[in-house]
Amino acid sequence: MVNIIWVALAAIGIVYALFNGTIEEVNEVIFTSAQEAVTLTISLVSVLVFWLGLMKIAEEAGLLEKLAQLFKPIFTRLFPEIPANHPAMGYILSNFSANLFGLGNAATPLGIKAMHEMKKLNNDSSEASRSMITFLALNTSSVTLVPTTIIGIRMQYDSMAPTEIVGSTIIATFISTIGAILVDRYFYYRRQRRLT
Amino acid sequence: MLVHISNLIIPLIILVVLLYGTYKRVPTYETFVEGGKEGVKMAISLLPFLLGMIVSISIFRASGALDAFVGLIDPVLSFFHIPSEIVPLAITRPISGTASLSIATDLIKTEGPDSFIGQLASTMQGSTDTTLYVLTVYFGAVGIRKMGDALKVGLVADFIGIIASLFVCYLIFGS
Repeated sequence: MVNIIWVALAAIGIVYALFNGTIEEVNEVIFTSAQEAVTLTISLVSVLVFWLGLMKIAEEAGLLEKLAQLFKPIFTRLFPEIPANHPAMGYILSNFSANLFGLGNAATPLGIKAMHEMKKLNNDSSEASRSMITFLALNTSSVTLVPTTIIGIRMQYDSMAPTEIVGSTIIATFISTIGAILVDRYFYYRRQRRLT
Repeated sequence: MLVHISNLIIPLIILVVLLYGTYKRVPTYETFVEGGKEGVKMAISLLPFLLGMIVSISIFRASGALDAFVGLIDPVLSFFHIPSEIVPLAITRPISGTASLSIATDLIKTEGPDSFIGQLASTMQGSTDTTLYVLTVYFGAVGIRKMGDALKVGLVADFIGIIASLFVCYLIFGS
């Protein structure tokens, strides 16, 4: 899918430029934009180093587990098929806490472990279980407290207030997560109705 | 009001983490450095992804094709008060993380980070994740072949996220 988008953008652009007489602009932008991507990535280093460094402290201090405990009552309701003390629940909670702090790299392996445990609960079937679908719905709506990369990009382009979007992002993410949970429930009850 | 809270969140998180880490006798500075190394790796590994996609999007924009596309859909969208500049981002967000990040970057750069479009693009990029990527990674890793309703649920949730971003940004930043 990424391959198609990538090629289509460039190919359509070049063909369009041939007819539109903008080939000179296109030629120039190929090199300036590549240069710019390098500058941008280097500017992202500052934000990522600081944030991941800080979050490592949070992890070592056990803040992530504290947070997981806080969310446990909600999650046992969200995943009624998983026993509260099953390892799957632990992994789901740690995955959620890691995502909350923008630790995508730490969240993914935890999420995969959660999926393994959920598969065991589902008798090793190759079909997605109800819990798995709920888990993925939560993950795609991604609850993040601090959108680090975007803040870095805003800084790079001289924002007066790089972090002013934190509030709007949290509210939007909250709404989309509630939405994801509701949609997930709706599809679940629809499946149930079909079975009976 | 909310903007003030936004500016408080990060310093407060830093304060809590540092104090709690000290209280728990974590070697804070050494641990910070250890985690920071991962940040360098992450940024460097992001470079080829971002560079490739940004060049492609820049070609698309410089050729005039992006403006033509935006102009084409503008009449319909302005009726719903949706800024048409945001549509390419909204379309690519569920499909590819790097493509949408590159488009958001392009919008922040050309429209300005503090413009309404810049704020909206920032919010949209930060508030949802790439459904297709999440599904591929998690289902692929444990060998689930029948995805059930997962894709539908993910895409509908993305749609809700996009509408929510629009709504929240209109409320907070106005236009």
